[in-house]
Amino acid sequence: MRSHSMRSNSIRKFLYISPFMVLLAVFAYYPLYGWVYAFFDYMPPIPLSQAPFVGLKWFRSLVENQVKVDQLLQVIKNTFGMSGLSILFSWLPMIFAIFLTEIKAVRFRKFIQTVTTLPNFISWVLVYSLAFTMFSSEGVVNGFLSQLGLIQSPVLFLQNSDHVWITMWFWATWKTLGWSAILYIAAIMSIDESLYEAAYVDGATRMQVIRHVVLPSMLPTYFVLLMLQIASFLNNGLEQYFVFQNAFNKDTIQVLDLYVYNLAMGGGSYSVSVAISMLKSLISVVLLFSVNGLSKMLRGEGIV
Amino acid sequence: MSDNLTGLTPNAADHNSRFSKKIKMQVSTTDKMISAIIYIAFTLFAFICVYPFYSIIINTISANDLSAKGEIVFWPKGIHFQNYVDVFKIPGLWNAFVISLGRTVIGTLLTVGASAFLGFMFAQEDMWGKKFWYRFTIITMFFNAGIIPWYLTMRSLHLTNNFLAYVLPSVVAPFFIILVKTFVESTPKELQQAASIDGAGTFTIFYKVILPISKPILATVAIFSAVNQWNSFQDTLLLVTDSKLYSLQFILYNYINQASSLSTMVNLQNAGSTAMASLSTKQTTTSIRMTVTIIVVAPILLVYPIFQRFFVKGIIIGAVKG
Repeated sequence: MRSHSMRSNSIRKFLYISPFMVLLAVFAYYPLYGWVYAFFDYMPPIPLSQAPFVGLKWFRSLVENQVKVDQLLQVIKNTFGMSGLSILFSWLPMIFAIFLTEIKAVRFRKFIQTVTTLPNFISWVLVYSLAFTMFSSEGVVNGFLSQLGLIQSPVLFLQNSDHVWITMWFWATWKTLGWSAILYIAAIMSIDESLYEAAYVDGATRMQVIRHVVLPSMLPTYFVLLMLQIASFLNNGLEQYFVFQNAFNKDTIQVLDLYVYNLAMGGGSYSVSVAISMLKSLISVVLLFSVNGLSKMLRGEGIV
Repeated sequence: MSDNLTGLTPNAADHNSRFSKKIKMQVSTTDKMISAIIYIAFTLFAFICVYPFYSIIINTISANDLSAKGEIVFWPKGIHFQNYVDVFKIPGLWNAFVISLGRTVIGTLLTVGASAFLGFMFAQEDMWGKKFWYRFTIITMFFNAGIIPWYLTMRSLHLTNNFLAYVLPSVVAPFFIILVKTFVESTPKELQQAASIDGAGTFTIFYKVILPISKPILATVAIFSAVNQWNSFQDTLLLVTDSKLYSLQFILYNYINQASSLSTMVNLQNAGSTAMASLSTKQTTTSIRMTVTIIVVAPILLVYPIFQRFFVKGIIIGAVKG
């Protein structure tokens, strides 16, 4: 009797959350059904039910059609380049946090922390608007440089295909560095005070304390975040690259997410873009599980 | 010799005391140098973070022709506020403001309510399939079908050109649920048990016991989700063609884009020399763009300093158990 009422109680609790699980199913799981578009020859005005089934045609076209292969290779190169850059500099937030907590003047430290986390809270559209104000041909930087007489004609910072990877890395870092440091600051705050004292008694210099006390206690956090970053290697997102793209930098700025968007929304090639989307999601899941497994093997605990 | 530098040994104490003094002196000079470098580097980075905002603000209140020539660098010149008066006369801008505000308020209320309830429910021990449903929720943080399949789904659900598309998909937010769940689990179990013994049901416990003590974490969730809603651009881009549903972010993007194609054209025609012909149109696009930027960023600039300390704490609570 008692166990029966307990069971009905536990089912009632599930019923309370079930509307939310339905929402999740609709907006997070049902889109997986959209993958079927990759197996049809889908042209927008005609409904999917009347589109011819073509099997793996679009997947084959990704490796057979020379134009598409070249395009895709460039896109993959961009994706790897830009994700690679951010992984290469993934230690920056950690260093930022370490040196920020070295500042003894509390007010100055709080001020720096407030100011540097601000960019994280504005959208990429706003970042682009700021970038445009600074670096467009009649922007502040060009105005300043020509006032000083350093340049005759404006430097086209934004319509430039040469350093796109670096500039995209710069803007992403500008936006997120201060905020990403917060986790490390939390980790530093939780370091046992006696470790510092022991180090100072042993006569360690400031840099030695950082190297032998602070850094080692940061590494687990760093490791977890690095793993997560590697797992989402292919997911650069769309917004940043979408707002910064223009006719001049198109070749070097297109990452997978933007390429998929441009193919479908710009060119109407839904089926092939869904095919790429699908491969990307599958590879991401495999990456996530491998990294998770690797983490379990090395550290005894997973990241997910 | 190098051994002596690292530490004191009892039998050489006298000898080493001179050294230790010397070490201290060395330490303090390198310390000072390190401090100086730290201060300079952080001041520089802080400047880079703040200056773009400052620059736009002084440009919007300066004379538009000076601003268009890029002459406003450190101080405003020819101060006026006409830009802010004019910009609200642009058709569609008020409407976009209302849409952005509406989605922010409604979306935030829905997300906070759902996150609070689900966070609380997932902290309950005795729910049928709890572990499964929790994973079902969390996995969506790491895995999605991709942007185009998502778009096609939304279209088949008739959520294109529909206000609901702005607020419904973000109702169940896994990250916020983790934050609330972690918080609820850190509160003493006796609170809920006592209420339960007094005959309170699940909803009463949620409403009377959990909600009041969860205020700090819910405020964090609210501010995050409000910022997300206000900043959202991608859903308008993908799902909306009806200009009545345009958000402020979308309008701003369109203005920058017009300006950028305009300035590109001017540059190509005049091959680098200052364009005189289209100066008047150019200066209006510049001033409009900057003023709209300030209107879009203002709510964040106003809210941010008040809540900053608050959500830093919130994120640390959530980070303890990720």
